[in-house]
Amino acid sequence: MSEDQDDIILSELDDDELVPQMFDDLYDGLREEIEEGVTILLGRGWTPYDVLTKALVGGMTIVGNDFRDGILFVPEVLLAANAMKGGMAILKPLLAETGAPRVGKMVIGTVKGDIHDIGKNLVGMMMEGAGFEVVDLGINNSVDAYLDALAAEDADILGMSALLTTTMPYMKVVIDTLIEKGLREDYIVLVGGAPLNEEFGKAIGADAYCRDAAVAVETAKTFVARKHNSGAQA
Amino acid sequence: MNLPSDDMLTTQGLLLDHTSGKVLLIGCGALAREILDLKAANNWSHLDLVCLPAILHNHPERITPAVRAAIEKHRSTYARIFVVYADCGTGGQLEALCHDMGVDMVAGPHCYSFFEGNEKFAANSESDFSAFYLTDFLVRQFDAFVWKPLGLDRHPQLREMYFGNYTKLVYQAQTDDPALTATARDCAARLGLAFERRLTGYGDLKASLAALR
Repeated sequence: MSEDQDDIILSELDDDELVPQMFDDLYDGLREEIEEGVTILLGRGWTPYDVLTKALVGGMTIVGNDFRDGILFVPEVLLAANAMKGGMAILKPLLAETGAPRVGKMVIGTVKGDIHDIGKNLVGMMMEGAGFEVVDLGINNSVDAYLDALAAEDADILGMSALLTTTMPYMKVVIDTLIEKGLREDYIVLVGGAPLNEEFGKAIGADAYCRDAAVAVETAKTFVARKHNSGAQA
Repeated sequence: MNLPSDDMLTTQGLLLDHTSGKVLLIGCGALAREILDLKAANNWSHLDLVCLPAILHNHPERITPAVRAAIEKHRSTYARIFVVYADCGTGGQLEALCHDMGVDMVAGPHCYSFFEGNEKFAANSESDFSAFYLTDFLVRQFDAFVWKPLGLDRHPQLREMYFGNYTKLVYQAQTDDPALTATARDCAARLGLAFERRLTGYGDLKASLAALR
């Protein structure tokens, strides 16, 4: 995307040029350039929240759209995600300090027996980019691990991920346990993973199946807004 | 018949091998060699075979539509069709299709399971869930199915992101081939994983095909 990368000195670009350049750098998975761009914008007085939403999330949205449309493939998305992670590492402590808007809190992890976390990691990062607080439980989570974290973190959303046909039924075990304990209505339950589909999500009693990270973010925003609205009416 | 090259089986599959007109097997190209070997060894001349491109393994969402098209193409010629795929990442969609179209398929979640034996594979799931599996075909086609599609030829730094949670590579050997074992061992080294070889033979595949009359 940016063949003349070596000739560009980021610090010499004004904001209107730097942000599009960061979009390009994110697209190309250039972590060091993204870290430098973030530092430059912060040095120019940008708030951490603006750097996150206008430079990083804006760039990752393009990456996500091109992945959805078959223009980019998994390796390139992972490189872009790795670059964004570099920027996020700088921004995260600053976001906490500056009291950036917090949309909601999500507990996320892959289900028991499943070690495939690439999709889960992308969702977690994009959710953070959208202003959600994300508690990442990692891989191979039992029903107790999910329920304990939901309670301890006072979360709004449970996100479960599975790559295997053999592990995806475990999502129903978790949801059924929530129902048994009378906790199901306390949480928005989102599920995702390659072998899943909308029909499966409905069949196991999830609130929604999310086919990719961008959809997960939009779905989470919609459900949180709905929850807040219904809370306000009650 | 002359078996096409592995590259052809990956990208093109296998054309109908001959026409007994009795039972048609619609299989994954990654199983062509094994199915034809079983046919020859057991003189199952009533079984005809057509294979879809093996690379569908990397795109499970394309398997069900491709199998549907193959069934529709051949069902007027065959009284019985048998699908030589397991679930293979279709999330139950292939099973639903086979049920709707009145055809049977191989039981199990994937070829790794039926090669090892579905019961045994399920019994070992607690200890083996962090294993990355390769079959004979996938060892021979490692670059086409793993290394290049994951971009590891261009971006070796991604290896940890893909394979960091795996603990070992299990080579399920259908045949006892020292050269192939050496290649499989090399695949494990390239992925930074411990290596284990299990001589499975054809596992449940043989019983599945033997039941077809």
